[in-house]
Amino acid sequence: MAWQWFHRLGSPRWFYEKTTPWLPWLATLSIALIVTAAVWGLAFAPADFKQGNSYRIIYIHVPAAFLALAGYYIMAISGAVGLIWKMKLPFMVMKSAAPIGALLTFVSLVTGSIWGKPTWGTWWEWDARITSMLILFFLYLGMIALQQAFQHRDTADKASAVLALVGMVNIPIIYKSVDWWNTLHQPATIKFTSKSSIDPSMLYPLLTMVIGFYVFYALVLLLNTRVEILRRENRTQWVNDLISTTNKRA
Amino acid sequence: MRDNSPAASLLGGFIASFRRDLLIAARHKAELTNPLVFFLIAVTLIPLGVSPEKTVLALLAPGIVWVMALLATLLSLDGLFRSDYDDGSLEQMLISPQSLYFTVMAKVLVHWLVSGLPVTLLAPVLGLMLSLPIEGYLPLLASLALGTASMSLIGAVGAALTVSLRKGGLLLSLIVMPLYIPVLIFGASAVQTAVQGGAIGMQLAVLGAFLALAIVLAPIAALGALRISTNG
Repeated sequence: MAWQWFHRLGSPRWFYEKTTPWLPWLATLSIALIVTAAVWGLAFAPADFKQGNSYRIIYIHVPAAFLALAGYYIMAISGAVGLIWKMKLPFMVMKSAAPIGALLTFVSLVTGSIWGKPTWGTWWEWDARITSMLILFFLYLGMIALQQAFQHRDTADKASAVLALVGMVNIPIIYKSVDWWNTLHQPATIKFTSKSSIDPSMLYPLLTMVIGFYVFYALVLLLNTRVEILRRENRTQWVNDLISTTNKRA
Repeated sequence: MRDNSPAASLLGGFIASFRRDLLIAARHKAELTNPLVFFLIAVTLIPLGVSPEKTVLALLAPGIVWVMALLATLLSLDGLFRSDYDDGSLEQMLISPQSLYFTVMAKVLVHWLVSGLPVTLLAPVLGLMLSLPIEGYLPLLASLALGTASMSLIGAVGAALTVSLRKGGLLLSLIVMPLYIPVLIFGASAVQTAVQGGAIGMQLAVLGAFLALAIVLAPIAALGALRISTNG
């Protein structure tokens, strides 16, 4: 009985209908959290005594970077579930997660670059974290490219799931390597890693923002997956029924 | 008389596909030399594009030779399973009772013998042209030998994933290159450290660890990918 929910996940229709009532809740919660954290972080949190107000970009940069990495694991684990249990739904989640993750990685790179200009005096620095994020971005782009290259959907799903798993095994190795490489070449001017202690008055809005981003991520992933479900199941009866009832209501 | 014991058939299958692939490679001599010519031309572009100054080149040499070697191996990857896929022998291998792990292993080994190894052996000559200091040559050979082997193995996964695509070459480079980064970091660093007079035991050990890991995992991922590519 405990595993019943898992078996039900085999049905995209069940998932679609189950998640419909979640959407307004997730939307409300994510907007509330993000707005609260943004106002709190941008207006009420104290300015940094070294960086002034420019540090406030952290409230976008850090949550985006967190989710960029977490998103890869979500994608890879969905792919693995799809490969192991031969279910349709996880592949749809995997496919939906790729562009979101790529976008979040891009956002964290861009905000990092904007943050770097006033702080370090440069738009780009071959810092370990920046470089790892860039490589993560490449991994996402590879996933998307492979996903789109196949004409046959089943093959595309399985092949990109394998690639995601290979990437997942490699991410820790890549991170450690880049970290080691960077300490070897560390320019003396930048001390990004030593600035780890953050004051609670800045930390709490940041944590709120991180949670808000997680909820928002869940919402966007759900929406993308639902679109993917409709697209793939568009020849089934329940999707047609859904479309006709929606049209009637409109 | 035939020996039907499992161990003998494993080894037999490995040797048979190894000899077959080596023979095919030997009969396509142009494909053998192409990565080497690419390697040579690409390295030649650097002094022309950057500077022929000896001090500048010596500084860049470890990185340049390593990056170009990486690209040369990458370019030869596309053919790894291509011809077998096109003429259907890949499907025969997949349904044969032989362990596919060893078949993939044999193919990758041949690929390394005809691309990674020649690139490694040519590298000192290019190092000479880039006025690489004398301390760098042995580390260059050692790191490239270990590194190109890992790259052949990792690349096999990418080649297996893209084998059913007609224009998979560029895509293959796209998905495999990020995975090559750790190998590049430690490989180039071994040469650089040696030139600066440091000990390189650690870098070579890490490259060896990558290779060991790749030998265990990469063929499994590659054969999974081959099954997917042929079913599609």
